[in-house]
Amino acid sequence: MANRQVAPEIKDAINYTLELKPYQKYSLQNGIVVYAIDAGAEEVVQIELVFKAGNWFEQQNLVASATNHLLKNGTSTKDAFQINEHFEYYGSYLNRNCYNETAVLSLHSLTKHLYELLPVVRELITDSTMPENELDIYRQNMKQKLEVNLKKCDFVSNRLIDEYLFGVQHPYGKYSSAQAYDALQPELLKQFFHQYYLNGHCTIFIAGKLPAGIEKLLNDNFGNLPVNKEQLSQRSHPVEAAVEKKYRIMNDPEGIQGAIRIAAPFPNRHHPHFTKAQVLNTLFGGYFGSRLMSNIREEKGYTYGIHSYLQNHVQQCAWMISTEAGKEVCEATIAEIYHEMQVLREQPVPEEELLLVKNYLIGTLLGDLDGPFQIMGRWKNIILNELPEDYFYSSVSEIKTVSSRELQELANEYLHPEKFYELVVV
Amino acid sequence: MIQFEQFELANGLRVIVHEDHSTPMAVVNVMYDVGARDEDAAKTGFAHLFEHLMFGGSVNIPSYDEPLQRAGGENNAYTTNDLTNYYCQLPAENIETAFWLESDRMLSLAFDEKSLEVQRKVVCEEFKEHYLNKPYGDVWHKMRNLAFIRHPYRWMTIGAELSHIENATLEDVKAFFYKHYRPVNAILTVAGHVKTAQVQELAEKWFGDIPSGERYIRRLPQEPVQTSPRKQEIHANVPVDAFYKSWHICSRSDSRYYATDLLTEVLSGGGSSRLFQSLVKEKQIFSNIGCYHFGSMDAGLVTIEGKLVKGVKMEDVEAAVESELQKIKDTTVDEKELRKVKNKTESLITFEDMSLMNRAGSLSFYTLMGNTNMINEELDRFQQVSAAALRHEAETVFDNNNSSVLYYFGNH
Repeated sequence: MANRQVAPEIKDAINYTLELKPYQKYSLQNGIVVYAIDAGAEEVVQIELVFKAGNWFEQQNLVASATNHLLKNGTSTKDAFQINEHFEYYGSYLNRNCYNETAVLSLHSLTKHLYELLPVVRELITDSTMPENELDIYRQNMKQKLEVNLKKCDFVSNRLIDEYLFGVQHPYGKYSSAQAYDALQPELLKQFFHQYYLNGHCTIFIAGKLPAGIEKLLNDNFGNLPVNKEQLSQRSHPVEAAVEKKYRIMNDPEGIQGAIRIAAPFPNRHHPHFTKAQVLNTLFGGYFGSRLMSNIREEKGYTYGIHSYLQNHVQQCAWMISTEAGKEVCEATIAEIYHEMQVLREQPVPEEELLLVKNYLIGTLLGDLDGPFQIMGRWKNIILNELPEDYFYSSVSEIKTVSSRELQELANEYLHPEKFYELVVV
Repeated sequence: MIQFEQFELANGLRVIVHEDHSTPMAVVNVMYDVGARDEDAAKTGFAHLFEHLMFGGSVNIPSYDEPLQRAGGENNAYTTNDLTNYYCQLPAENIETAFWLESDRMLSLAFDEKSLEVQRKVVCEEFKEHYLNKPYGDVWHKMRNLAFIRHPYRWMTIGAELSHIENATLEDVKAFFYKHYRPVNAILTVAGHVKTAQVQELAEKWFGDIPSGERYIRRLPQEPVQTSPRKQEIHANVPVDAFYKSWHICSRSDSRYYATDLLTEVLSGGGSSRLFQSLVKEKQIFSNIGCYHFGSMDAGLVTIEGKLVKGVKMEDVEAAVESELQKIKDTTVDEKELRKVKNKTESLITFEDMSLMNRAGSLSFYTLMGNTNMINEELDRFQQVSAAALRHEAETVFDNNNSSVLYYFGNH
């Protein structure tokens, strides 16, 4: 008979050796650097073309994201329908995403269809025409979507907290508006496409079960693009953080919940505190057993969920606490968040809790490396943030060795309520 | 081809093992044959509330999460109208911790008054966050009520109203547990870096002595065949009008299911799909449109929904949707379009199967449906659907007498 009173023996996850499968790296004829992971059991492949074409580089709000979106909506020989039909006929998914520094065109496909698909990907990044009627439809539909989203307290709060942290002119702080959509013109998009895609800066990440001759295939399709010729001119965007720290916004008089956002500036991944702060953050509000979740959800029932996290920006981050709580318990929730900060500042984390969090972090990291796409995701983060090659291993080692005393020091340096912006949107 | 072994314990617990030694991890998935459809109409939202209580401590273990996290694991759960699923992933060497935790909460919960009180509040906040405090959040509440008269699909998993959750008692909770959360109504799937013999031994050790329980025989009220169109108008504080129309479809286990699923792909499975191309791009009467179903185990619904471009009339968009449906009823889809939706389905299945967690979930689901090997047979069934079958399915389903429509008007 099993003795149910006693937990089975475990191997502490911190005793595991984690391995991140190394990538292969090579350059195409025109200097495009390719990072490749050949792994996995299924005959699938993911290829990402990463351009330095995020909103960091735009002169006018929304131009970067609109250009990225319309990459799929027309070339000189194909209209949007024909482009979509081609990728969908082969059962593939062609997505585009625009971020702050980068903009990405990504393809997920069965390996066997790659030969039919890559020439059309090439066509999109050399010959997109940014048709005016497609822009009109995009503008109209995005404005409607925005109008709906502005009714949601969480959506509104996410925009405002970024504005307070970075300023509404900064790439991390600015956001969409009906006026900004109205101001989009095809010429602006064409210009942006010409400068930041056609003659821009491109890196390729490819992962999955790669076909023989993949290097030649990439060279045939992308090796003679006119990219990566010039150094991108550096652009700097000064942060203009708000002076006022506390905000209460009434967005919907009939709302029954408030979206709470509490945030303070935090350095980027290059800072020596970053990984250790991630451990402290996990303990604070970064997993289901966290202090915030245990207190505010599991003990008091104020919310369905509360989370804290370090933002994933390249330049400048923020430490963010985020939740939606009943309108009448919002202020009580904020008081409890600050109370948990105080406990972390004043009392060392018990050894048992710290070991649990370390095991949890290492265990989930082990589980996250499930397959070639996830492995490449880790590498991409390291490469695009220009972190040292051994970043994965050094951060694993930091997670394993950080002490309770160090976490308390970090709490005393960063987790002070007066450093945080405080926002409730009902 | 996904390999698996299966066996059954003396108490009726069905066990599936899927070995995959390319990962250091293991997934333990416990699926219970109970969902919102099994609830009393006066006590809805119970299966889901119960899912929350499953984390409030079991008879011998005060906390589920802590020991699992200490063993490097993470977990989650979900409730649908059909079933409730609990899954965790942890380093394979610590797999016994998952057996210990899952078996103890199958043996018995702690039934703690405080835990019930807190989770009632948490679920009420979840209800508010997802269904009350969101524009259009009440749509499915209304649609289920309109489309179903008798079948318990007429309420959502979160419950028909907040008061049902607020009034739940510890007695209700106990009765629900001993009726549904028994080995004979459960499926245990273990996947990853494990051996079948090892799983056999652990399953016997931890689950073998749990009383079998009574097999739950499902006797749900059947939905009468709908014979005339239904329609409801809603006026709400939203900025944009929205259109929702549903039709009854076959159950998940029906051979017609595959044609129904491919129909939704033809209609809205991407940028080259018919509804998107015709109504968003060419006619520009919708700002977005989708056609989907939930793959529910009893006969459910297929739904077309979209938001109207400002200034367009509700009657006009409905006519335009119907005219697209008429085309698919009148004309057989050509070979290229059929190939396209089948290729998409093939990709979708392949990408889904990449994740160990998904494989464990699918193995459990197909076992619940009665044939674990469906995981390897589904693609072939999609491949066999003919253009004629697709057309026939469209004619059967998209009959106006089989439809329920919601006109959701905003304030502008």
